[in-house]
Amino acid sequence: MSNVSITLYNNDESRGLIAAILKDNPASTTMRMPGVVKIDCPNKITILRETVEHELGRPWDVQQLHMSLVSLSGMVDEDDDYFTIAWNH
Amino acid sequence: MSVTAPKKLSLKERYRILTRGLDWTTTYQEPAKVFPHAEFEGIKIRDWDGFVDPFRLTMDSYWKYQAEKERKLYAVLDSFQQNNGQTAITDGRYVNVLKIFLTAITPGEYQAHRGFAMLGRQVPNVGLRIAAQMQSLDELRHAQTQIHSCSHYNKYFDGLHSFSYQHDRVWYLSVVKSFFDDARTSGPFEFLIAIGFSFEYVLTNLLFVPFMSGAAYNGDLSTVTFGFSAQSDESRHMTLGLEAIKFVLEQHEDNAAIVQKWIDKWFWRGYRILAILAMMMDYMLPKRIMPWKDAWEIYFNEAGGALFADLARYGIKMPSTADVANKEAFRLSTETMLTFYQMGHASGFHSWLPSEDELKWLADAYGPEWERLYLPRFKYFRELEAKGEHYYNPSLPQLCQVCQIPMFFTEPDDPTKICFRDTVYNGDRYHFCSDGCQHIFENEPEKYVQAWLPVHQVMQGNCGGATIDDVRKYWAVEDGEDNYDYVGSPDETMWKGWQADRLKVGS
Repeated sequence: MSNVSITLYNNDESRGLIAAILKDNPASTTMRMPGVVKIDCPNKITILRETVEHELGRPWDVQQLHMSLVSLSGMVDEDDDYFTIAWNH
Repeated sequence: MSVTAPKKLSLKERYRILTRGLDWTTTYQEPAKVFPHAEFEGIKIRDWDGFVDPFRLTMDSYWKYQAEKERKLYAVLDSFQQNNGQTAITDGRYVNVLKIFLTAITPGEYQAHRGFAMLGRQVPNVGLRIAAQMQSLDELRHAQTQIHSCSHYNKYFDGLHSFSYQHDRVWYLSVVKSFFDDARTSGPFEFLIAIGFSFEYVLTNLLFVPFMSGAAYNGDLSTVTFGFSAQSDESRHMTLGLEAIKFVLEQHEDNAAIVQKWIDKWFWRGYRILAILAMMMDYMLPKRIMPWKDAWEIYFNEAGGALFADLARYGIKMPSTADVANKEAFRLSTETMLTFYQMGHASGFHSWLPSEDELKWLADAYGPEWERLYLPRFKYFRELEAKGEHYYNPSLPQLCQVCQIPMFFTEPDDPTKICFRDTVYNGDRYHFCSDGCQHIFENEPEKYVQAWLPVHQVMQGNCGGATIDDVRKYWAVEDGEDNYDYVGSPDETMWKGWQADRLKVGS
């Protein structure tokens, strides 16, 4: 089992997103660098629209992730209500 | 009578309609004539419909998000220019990384734009074509935004004036140019594996995450903003590269051997380019995020290791030369830096010796073996400088026939001995910096015997003349301005003036 990873801007927009990721993926760890936050998690990261909306306090389209995304590592699956990154091994 | 609004289509449905519903099978012309490059590489595809792009971006959302990214980026660039952002960076030395970036990397973005435009025309699957067309536009956006943001520094600093002209001529820039020329002159599948997979997925994170974070750390708002704006597109590109390789491997078992050869080749070619990035990270950023070795560990060994574990079920293995790259991790930046330091008279940017504090940082990062091997060299060069005898190497280096880098890399297991390989082809002897480059040549000798090697071109009289002055003129390197040590340069004088002005009140 390997880590999947997502790197996000370190700004206001991403803060709610990061909080939601940490809530839904309790095994994840964060690494903070100037300007960016890298989140690693064993095997899978799930981002749920509902949790992000709760953290941001407003509607959030999953594709708005493109505005906060810097990098990722893992296989992507995306639909209206979720965005996941996972390895299949 | 009640009226119900039609149900909004889901993301997956909208994407399916865009990429499946809009394509058709040609009847006036044979499909093989419409897509003439689809088969010659030997890749076998049973079902083109098997390709699925995981980022289900329809055209409207692509334009929407890209426009939003541009608005955010240009707000920052405007503000940076209006408010003299160039005076707020950590040190004038820093701008030299931008000189390398603009002359080496930015033209590569443009080359990638052209390569993906080719792919957007040539692959017989509409999902892949759309993704490639989007990527082609992204790469053009990257080139443009990088040129635009560096243009502000060009108003003040030397060495940023002729990036496009220099890219086609200067000795170290031919390394990057030849890389993209090589990729763009291969077939569509090889290009996809070369740039979409090997470069984007395995290697560009190193350039755009820790290095750009370094730009943020050094107060360069303009570069960090274009860097992360570009990298947000890269996430899409990386995912395309990964889906593409999975798709190719799932289509036919014969494809694995061809793909493995491309992975081995393009990993090594891309890794060789990153030598200059290692130098930028370890020696040129005044404030540093992490040593090259740590970045390599995170982005190659951890992220790349997970990736190759996932591809193992298709029979794909780690690139054959990955162990050499790991052995070089502690010395790559230093071997590169020591070369550029000696070639300061023949470069379009400034070099300099690390300070005592920087040497301590390097020694902490790289350990006793590094200290044993390299501290005496730094001490020696410092003594020469103190005597007013900065060492500049007057000779022309021998270049590797494949990566075009001077032969300064050392043996994988002996960092005191230059690594030197050669092979004879059609009666001529060709030279290589490594087993990796030698194998690439031996697989396709007819391609690499045509290499435009800068040193050979100088020797043949094709670069303006026989003296270093002639050649610098040909390269558009302004002698006494763009080149030599940072210490004593016009850039340094200007920067010190800005710093002195900061302390003056009411003058």
